[in-house]
Amino acid sequence: MAVSGPGIERGPGVPPVPTGATAPVGGEVSRLTRQRRRAAWLFLTPMLVVLALVAAWPLLRTIYFAFTDARLGDAGGWSWVGLQNFRALSGDADWWRAVVNTVVFALVSVTLETVLGVGIALTLDAHIPGRGLLRAAVLIPWAIPTVVSAQMWNWMYNDLYGVVNAMLMGLGLIAAPLAWTADPNLALPAVIAVDVWKTTPFMALLVLAALQLVPGEIYEAARIDGIPATKVFWKVTLPLIRPALLVAIIFRTLDALRIFDLPYVLTGNSRYTASMAVFARQQLVEFQDVGYGSAASTFLFAIIALFTAVYIVAGRVRLSE
Amino acid sequence: MRRSLLSRVLLYLLVAVIVVYTVFPFYWAIVSSLKTGSGLYVIEVFPREPAWGNYVAIFREQPFARNILNSVFVATSVVAISLLLAVTASWALGRIQFRGRGILLLAVLSVSMFPQVAVLSGMFELVRALGLYNHLLSLTLSYMIFTLPFTTWVLTTFVRELPKELEEAALVDGARPWTILTKVFLPLLGPALVTTGLLAFIAAWNEFLFALTFTLANEKRTVPVAIALVSGASQFELPWGRVMAASVIVTVPLVVLVLIFQRRIVSGLTAGAVKG
Repeated sequence: MAVSGPGIERGPGVPPVPTGATAPVGGEVSRLTRQRRRAAWLFLTPMLVVLALVAAWPLLRTIYFAFTDARLGDAGGWSWVGLQNFRALSGDADWWRAVVNTVVFALVSVTLETVLGVGIALTLDAHIPGRGLLRAAVLIPWAIPTVVSAQMWNWMYNDLYGVVNAMLMGLGLIAAPLAWTADPNLALPAVIAVDVWKTTPFMALLVLAALQLVPGEIYEAARIDGIPATKVFWKVTLPLIRPALLVAIIFRTLDALRIFDLPYVLTGNSRYTASMAVFARQQLVEFQDVGYGSAASTFLFAIIALFTAVYIVAGRVRLSE
Repeated sequence: MRRSLLSRVLLYLLVAVIVVYTVFPFYWAIVSSLKTGSGLYVIEVFPREPAWGNYVAIFREQPFARNILNSVFVATSVVAISLLLAVTASWALGRIQFRGRGILLLAVLSVSMFPQVAVLSGMFELVRALGLYNHLLSLTLSYMIFTLPFTTWVLTTFVRELPKELEEAALVDGARPWTILTKVFLPLLGPALVTTGLLAFIAAWNEFLFALTFTLANEKRTVPVAIALVSGASQFELPWGRVMAASVIVTVPLVVLVLIFQRRIVSGLTAGAVKG
């Protein structure tokens, strides 16, 4: 025994077991297996303690707060109000607006990202010089902090001096400058456009990774048989990358449903773009209404939990070997 | 032959469009950051008289250097702690058969899907109870909620891929679990640690919701909050040149990292998402 870990292996001198068998022999759990299991729990404990502290506990407290009238200012002075927050939520037009905004945002942006992502992945899969550099260029929007990309686009969207208006007017597509982030009809599409720009690369790279696992002989055979490229795509490529694509779509949908920073930085708390997360934070922090904000958070959590369950089932996540 | 030439040209055209689409907003930010005064309101592809005024101003008139240090501190501490906790956990999860492992993996995966806002009020209470409100450690603590499940999950998938024989050889030699982890697995996990650490760093560097909510003072803000809240009386008076300069400064290191670690980032992302 060269090294002994701190706090581990201090038991009264367990002699080294001179065997490589990890499975129980003859129905009896071997000493080595027991030792390994004990070590497993020791190794897991720090991680589990931290997760319990920063995830499980705050989540339970948030759900608890959803049934109270807690305010941000007073510590300990809340009382139980039952379902009152949820009842108020169900009659709140702004809340339903936020729900609709979030769903529209998630549906439209994920659809566009998938279509564009597959297109970009197919292009990058072609053999062209400088592919590595190209892939890095595509990763740039993904690496830029969301807040920064929101501000970059905010400036590009500027109604008086923005480059977007200048370009569109130059092309003769619009006659007068548009107030992209302020116009109730344009604000949500503007937010979606930024999200598409920012997250399409993520999609494209996931699809590209899947594409590169498709054996080249398949394409070769299809080419020799004279099958048109579009047919090859629909009948061969798409079915083969479908599992990866599905997982990527669910991943992105989960991300889109909890979106906060993009609409918040682009348009503030504007009700035309506010997502469920923006609404919940506004109630919680700006209006100091912890009970009401927690009810909205809990509702969002329930939706995400549902989607996570779908992901775990549909993605056939590997939990055991 | 003609057809293949045409398709070649179309392909390059498509590639050019993709590159312009992905890179242009960043390019425009650089161009805008080099303009001052009314020059900002002139649309031109190259700045005719590039000026560094905006870059000087964000460091002189705002605590931007402080904000960068804050971000570096938070992201580094988050990565260090979550890698430390995740390495031991992922070895146990990826290598040892024990009851409840599937449930634990499921729990870890579920937490990584948590919407941050779902824990916001509980986390706020926790942060205040620990006396960490308006303190950078509040972010180190709260960021664990997304970095720890992620690093654990990705490292577990890496640990599983390592050959079993190595461990068996060590076991035959009578090595204890801690020895096996530190002497056998850790050296092999090096590349995986770089990838996972890098992705966790980017996630922590970019986080906004907790940073906006748990810090108050200008000097306690991280970079994303500082950029989002750059002072300006109204939307029309925002100092866009400075906002763009700050944006360029925080993005350049990330772009450099992406260029260097491009391959690893992709493998890390796919390990986290596709292989599952």
